[in-house]
Amino acid sequence: MYEAKNAQFPATSTDEADYMDLRSQPRIHESIIKGFLIFSGVISILTTVGIVVFLGQEALRFFTDPQVSLVEFFTGTVWQPQIYKFGILPLLSATVMSSLIAMGLAIPIGLSVAIYLSEYASQRIRSIIKPSLEILAGIPTVVLGFFALTFMTPLLRSILGNDVVQIYNVFSAGVVMGILILPLISSMTEDALHAVPNTLREGAYGLGATKLEVSTQVVLPAAISGIAAAIILGISRAIGEAMIVAIAAGAGPNFTINPFEAAETMTGHIVRISGGDISYDSLDYNSLFAIALMLFLFTLTLNILSQRIIRRFREVYE
Amino acid sequence: MSDYEKPSMDLFQPNYDRPEADLFEDTLDKRHRVGRVWKVVFQISTVIGIIALATLILKIFNDTMGYAAIQYKKNPATISTTGKSLEEMSCSELWPILAENVSKNRLRTIEREKILEERTKTECYNLVMFEVAEPTVKKTWPLLASLINYQEIQAYTAEKYPEGDLTFKVWITKSFILSPQSDDPLKAGIKTAILGSLFIILIVIIISFPIGVAAAIYLEEYATQNRINNIIQTNINNLAGVPSIIYGMLGLAVFVRYLEPITSGALFGFSDPTTANGRTILSAGLTLSLLILPVVIINGQEAIRAVPNSLRQASYGMGATKWQTVWSHVLPNALPGILTGTILAVSRAFGETAPLVVVGAATFITFSPESIFSKFTSVPIQIYQWTARPQDAFQNIAAAAIIVLLVLLLVLNATAVFLRNRYSRRW
Repeated sequence: MYEAKNAQFPATSTDEADYMDLRSQPRIHESIIKGFLIFSGVISILTTVGIVVFLGQEALRFFTDPQVSLVEFFTGTVWQPQIYKFGILPLLSATVMSSLIAMGLAIPIGLSVAIYLSEYASQRIRSIIKPSLEILAGIPTVVLGFFALTFMTPLLRSILGNDVVQIYNVFSAGVVMGILILPLISSMTEDALHAVPNTLREGAYGLGATKLEVSTQVVLPAAISGIAAAIILGISRAIGEAMIVAIAAGAGPNFTINPFEAAETMTGHIVRISGGDISYDSLDYNSLFAIALMLFLFTLTLNILSQRIIRRFREVYE
Repeated sequence: MSDYEKPSMDLFQPNYDRPEADLFEDTLDKRHRVGRVWKVVFQISTVIGIIALATLILKIFNDTMGYAAIQYKKNPATISTTGKSLEEMSCSELWPILAENVSKNRLRTIEREKILEERTKTECYNLVMFEVAEPTVKKTWPLLASLINYQEIQAYTAEKYPEGDLTFKVWITKSFILSPQSDDPLKAGIKTAILGSLFIILIVIIISFPIGVAAAIYLEEYATQNRINNIIQTNINNLAGVPSIIYGMLGLAVFVRYLEPITSGALFGFSDPTTANGRTILSAGLTLSLLILPVVIINGQEAIRAVPNSLRQASYGMGATKWQTVWSHVLPNALPGILTGTILAVSRAFGETAPLVVVGAATFITFSPESIFSKFTSVPIQIYQWTARPQDAFQNIAAAAIIVLLVLLLVLNATAVFLRNRYSRRW
């Protein structure tokens, strides 16, 4: 066997046994380690499979129940498990409404912030404001829910009147959700704008364009793929957000288009029902999985779309 | 063709009705004006973002202290017969008062909990306060209102609660942090919740760190560009975007129900009567581990990718095997980045609420968790439950709990930033 201190170069050694054995040797412990590494990688696949299988299985139980019809599930406007009414539209409408309000706030402000930080602000201002906004994104959503219920709602009620705005309402939940998503959009957009090479800007300046024209007509279109991806991720985040709506939007499905009324979103419903005493294998319990499966499919589609957009439309400079 | 190559040139289009010289000068002013207006719009938007953050933090601080109208069953001033105030009395002086005012049975229960000699002065004082005076919070005011409208508050209290007492109360105190959960906002604390959170986070770290790092090593160092590895990579990116509540549903179906014998501890002979079914700390920890695993992997990959190839080549050149190279050269150099990423992911798990509610956080537990098979609650869950209650005082203790949560998160994040600045190397 080879030992370090006895090692001699083959050229000076005459003894065959002293040669280093340079052939690759089977190393059992390395194979075991590699096995563990592969297993760890595969766990992520198992997680996805687990989500699809378990959500699908319970959802299937729900849909095959004689009390439930698929058509009613997608078109019914009443969700009342006690009387076997399972129409997802009230939950879906609240989800769409709160997300629309959030995005209506987050997209224009987020893009403006990103343009300001990337094109106008000095390096120093940028290095202060960007991390500050990212703190907003890191605040636990339950804290934002508290903020929505105890600050935004009283504020809205004092402005618009107590009879217009209910204590629980979709609007304040949507606004606070916008605050949550704003840093996500501004940060990703800013990164995309920052990646646009300076030559494009200088070219436009050379043609006599003003700063605004350079920012909005040259840099923004050049970074459009990153911006679109950020917006889609923001929508996906808004749809899946649970705590803000569970706390501030209301506790009871309500098919309405008035954002100042209480209504329950898909996520809010799951949180409320599963937080109470729920018996396994009841129709009520299985219905939560049906909702969760819908939610999973929505967000997965949006996430994949976002990745596609980044890959397909990314401009590669240099 | 993408849009940027043909920027809209409306403003530059020559207007042939006018002489060339005028044209440029005419529009230039207007264009600059528009530019200035929009610059202000951009600035205002940024300020709005900052204001949102500032309002949020101020609002929470505002709720953590302020005047509270407290009504006593028996006024503390009249309890003492010797003329000394209750705060000044020693434990042996307070004890007779307690014995005089509570029923014999209650006194025996109190004695059984802890005898007189072992109690500190504050404990005795609290006993007399809660057992004899029995305060209830009727209404609270936030700090700002307390400072500005003191007269109004005083008048309001005098009119509405004539026997009530207006005191300035700081809700976040040492006893708030060290007391267990309670139905009474004056007694309630978050010790149970903090311990629950720490237990859960410990499990999350133990599980997600090794698996996450191993997966990152596999994907960066071992995996070749083939179909399966591409699927794994895409899959991880997609998992990172799945809403946390979905993980909660997965945890409910898999850990709480399917693996109940394991997660409830029944398989290992734990038949703790308080842990009915699989809604335990272990289930919660496993669920959150799955939740942050994709983030740990992605951050780990970035850290490993940042280690320059020359280090690997040098190691191979010295005859090291693949694993020796990874273990002795790649990992030590990537570790600061991996740790930073993991801490940030863990701090996300720390603030998660929805998946824990779904997995089945206990609504009310006053005892501290003893093992991973105990029922659980956590700081965010506690905040959620207190926020959901209508009384004023619960809003105050929810704000106090939020401060505790934010401080814990701040510590975690500061550690991450410190690690990054202290140990990261630029190649």
